[in-house]
This record gives sequence, C-alpha cells and structure tokens, in this order.
Amino acid sequence: MRPLPANFIIGAALVAVVIGVAAVSLIWTPHDPADLDIRGKFGDPSAINWLGTDQLGRDVVSQLMAAARTSMAVALGAVMLGGSVGVGLGLLASAIGGWVEDSVMRLADLGFAFPALLFAIMLAAVFGPSLTNAVLAIAFINIPVFARVARAAANQIWTREYVLAARAAGMSKLAITRDHILPNIAAAVIVQATIEFAVAILAEAALSYLGLGAQPPASSWGRMLSEAQTLMYLAPELAVYPGLCIVIAVLGFGLLGDGLRDITDPRLARAR
Amino acid sequence: MATCQAGSHMTYFLFRRTVGFIATLIAVSIVVFSVMNILPGDPALTILGMDATDDALAALREDLGLNDPVMARYFGWVGGALVGDLGVSHSFRVPVAELISERLPMTVSLAVAGMIVTLMIALSVGIFAAANHGKPGDWLTMFLSQLGIAVPAFWLSILLVLLFAVNLRWLPPGGFPGWSDPVAAMRSLILPTVALALVQSAVLARVTRSSALEVMRQDFTRTARASGLSQRRILWRHVLPNALVPIVTIVGMQFAALVTGTIVIENVFYLPGLGRLIFQSIANRDLPTVQALVMLFAVIVVTANFVVDLLYVLIDPRLKART
Repeated sequence: MRPLPANFIIGAALVAVVIGVAAVSLIWTPHDPADLDIRGKFGDPSAINWLGTDQLGRDVVSQLMAAARTSMAVALGAVMLGGSVGVGLGLLASAIGGWVEDSVMRLADLGFAFPALLFAIMLAAVFGPSLTNAVLAIAFINIPVFARVARAAANQIWTREYVLAARAAGMSKLAITRDHILPNIAAAVIVQATIEFAVAILAEAALSYLGLGAQPPASSWGRMLSEAQTLMYLAPELAVYPGLCIVIAVLGFGLLGDGLRDITDPRLARAR
Repeated sequence: MATCQAGSHMTYFLFRRTVGFIATLIAVSIVVFSVMNILPGDPALTILGMDATDDALAALREDLGLNDPVMARYFGWVGGALVGDLGVSHSFRVPVAELISERLPMTVSLAVAGMIVTLMIALSVGIFAAANHGKPGDWLTMFLSQLGIAVPAFWLSILLVLLFAVNLRWLPPGGFPGWSDPVAAMRSLILPTVALALVQSAVLARVTRSSALEVMRQDFTRTARASGLSQRRILWRHVLPNALVPIVTIVGMQFAALVTGTIVIENVFYLPGLGRLIFQSIANRDLPTVQALVMLFAVIVVTANFVVDLLYVLIDPRLKART
C-alpha cells in the first residue's frame, strides 16, 4: 500500500483538532463564553483566562471554542443541505438525460452568477440578518457545485458494463441510481464536500464579520474579528486569535480534501 | 475552405454564447426580483417595520407600485433598469442610479487596481515557482499560496492595518479623503488593494505554476532552450503566452470573487463604494437600493464570465478552428 500523502495527514490532524474542540465545547468550556465581567476587561493571559479576556471581560478561549462549534454547525448544515439537493439534481440529470439534464445544468450555471455574499445580502435585506439565512445562502451556492460533480461522475458510471447489464436485466433507473450510481460516485462527492466545508467556513466567517451571520450572543470567529477591529489600538491580540482559528480550520479541510482526492484519484496526484 | 468553415463555426459559437448570456441575465433578474419582492410577502411592511401605521403602509405600497400586478412590476423594473432608471432609494430619497454613479468610481478603482496587482503577483510568483520547480523557492511559494487560500481577506486586511497603520503608522487605517487630494486618496487605497490582491493571487499563482509547468514540458520549449534563448525570454515570451488559457479561465471565475471581495474590503476599510452602500441599504431596509445593487453585481459577474468565453477564442488559436 502506498504511504498516505502528506496533505492528507496534516489536513486530517488539523480537522481532528477543530472538530475535537467544537465537540468539547458542547459539554465544557473553561468559562461561560457569554459571561460578562466588565471589571476584568482586557485581562492578560493567566492561569484562569489562558488567552486573557475581551472588552467585556469575556474569556477569549471559551469564546473561540464556542465559535468553533458555530463554524462547524454552519458548515455542516450548509454542505449537507446544498450537497443533498445538488447531488440529487445531478443524479436526476444524469439518469434522465435529454432536456431534463440540459435544464438542470443551465440552472446550475445560473447559480454561479450569485456568489454566497450576494445571496446572503438579499436574504438579510428581506428577512433580517441571521445564522439561518447564512446557512441557506452558503447551501444555495453549494447546489450547482455538487450538481456538476455528481452529474459528471454519474455519467461515467452509466456507461459501465455492469450498469448496462443491470439495465438489460430490466432494473429501473431509480434502482440503478440507488444501488450502482450513488455508491460509485460517493468518493467524488465526499472529496468535494470536504473542500466545500473549507469554503463554507470562510463564508460563515465573512458573513458573520459583516453582520449577516451569527448574531449576539452567539460566538463566531468572524463576529469576534469585527468587534476586535474597533479595538485595535487597545487590544491588538484580540484581532489575531480568531483569524488564526479560521486559517487552521480552512487549511485543515482544504488539505484533507486535496489529500482525499490524491488517494481516490491517483491519476491526478501523479499528473501534479 | 477550412477558414470559411472555421469562420461560420465561430459565428455560430458567438451567437450561441450571446443568446446564453442574455438568457442568463433574464433568469438572474427573475431570481433577484422574486427573492426581493415575492418572498417577503409585503415589502412595505419589511421596509417600515411592524409598528407602521396603515396609512403609511398604504402610501408606501402606492409609492413602490405594489398595488400593480407582479408581472407589471417586474417588467416595469427591468424596463426602467434598461434605460438607467433603477427606482428611488427609500432611505436616501434620491434616484438609486444617482447613488450608484456617485460610488461606482470607488468600487471600479478598487476592483481594477486589485485585478492588476493580482495579475502582477500571481504571474510572477507562478512563473518563478515553475522555473524553480522542485527547489526550495517553489516549495516556499506553494506553501505561501496554500496559506493564502485559507486566509480570509478581511482578516488579512485587519493584520495589514495592525502592522502598517497601528504600529508603523505609514498608512491610514481606513476611510477615504476624496479624490480632490489624489496622493491621500491613493494612500488610503494601498492597503485595501493589497489585501484584495494577495488573497486573489494565491489561487491564481497555483494555476499559473501548473499551467506553465505543462507548457515547459512541451517540445517547442525544449527547442527554444536548445537554440540558446535566455531562460527569461523563454519564460515570458514562450511559456506564459501558451499557459494563458487555464489562467484566463480562473481569472474569469475569480472576477466574481473579486467583486464580492470589494464588497467586503470596502466595509473593512470604510470606503464609500457600492459595497458600503449595500450594507447601509440593508441597515436602512432600503429594498429598492439593495435590489438594484444585487442585480448590478450579478450582472457584472455574468458579464465577466461571458467576456472570458469570448477571450478564449482570441487567446487559443486551436479553439478558433475547433469551435
């Protein structure tokens, strides 16, 4: 067996840390992330507050941990939602072909005209800013991505002999899609999902930074940065930690996705 | 014969792309209109809020033309937009087109400067990495670009402000003094442009590198090298032009990221452009302005993709014959 690629190992390690921290924050954080202590504001790092406290005396480590949870939850929700709709559309397009395939793919093209930010802006203008709208906006831009990946991968499988044999044996397109197509495109979909996870983390951070995502008192790396930006002359370090967390999470999922692709598609790895 | 055929193929290609472009624009306008006008139920209520009086709501509904049938409102909006009438801003009480034309120069300057700096960084770094393939210089640039992809533009902006404005005090931390003082104006655009370009060039540098590596493996590069041309000349005159097709594709796709990037960056640096206007309009629940701006940004993205499609034909002679 070939050794695992370095990007896979590093990515998996970073992802394990981020998911681990998010999971731990569900049951334990050093302090309540929303606990205010105005007298203890801008506290230096100490045995009690490992990275100090912010402008309202809240514990920075606890907030970073709770924000990891927000980030993972948003990314998971957006990728699952966008991924299942997208993969469903891609499979449908591939199975039926003809004008259905054409229309689905034209719709996917249309999706690319709207970056997540524009969609989030529309939703925020109409319904007010919220984390749910951020999830919907990020999910929306994931639909065309997954639809294309699923269709391209499925189209290849449909030409395989065992699929042709199944069709000749009278198996319905739905059954073939469920039993043969879906399991065989799973690898491609999982690789894409890992990469889209990284994109979703970045998008959530940006939307929350702009005030279109997590609302107080929910913790979010993006929101922590927008608060820290106004305090840069007083406490510059507050503008550093959340950004580092974003980079670790995005880098982790990005590398893991690349590594998974190298493992599942060795042809590509060698071409590089 | 061959040229004639290629010519008619090209006409057909251009025709098909143009029809697709117009169809996409129409579809985009329908999506924007539906989300902004049909989803909220009553836009007047969205704008004025729950405690608005019935009279005020009725007056605003009349004002916004909400009493007309949906189709009439849609065609009224599109028809107006085509002749530059984007409605009246609810919060600024001036035509939206006027608001946009006041702020457009800022956003365009930022996007154009960002694109130029992106290309300068990405092409040099990508070609440098390809020329040093497998050496430490290559690893370092690839490591930095991997990192660059993971760094959000707004955090990079904050770090740049921390370093160059807060600590070194070389550049202003944000705001815009106006074009009447060109030096001060340029100074206040340096950090935003760099923040926008560094993040964008991370992706593009990788594409440039792999595309250049592909070209360098081909025979004509070896011939050029064998005939004694300098490395520099080979790279910039032979490798880069042939590596352009994938680069242009990514540039086109990145244009969307660049446009939304300006929205974010303007808000980080408090620059009075369209991105800032969009957020002021959201805060003011100014639906006509948000609708016009979202449509404008989407049109820019779609147009950029269309232009990239056309550029292919110009750049890649093989496509000219094949399409």
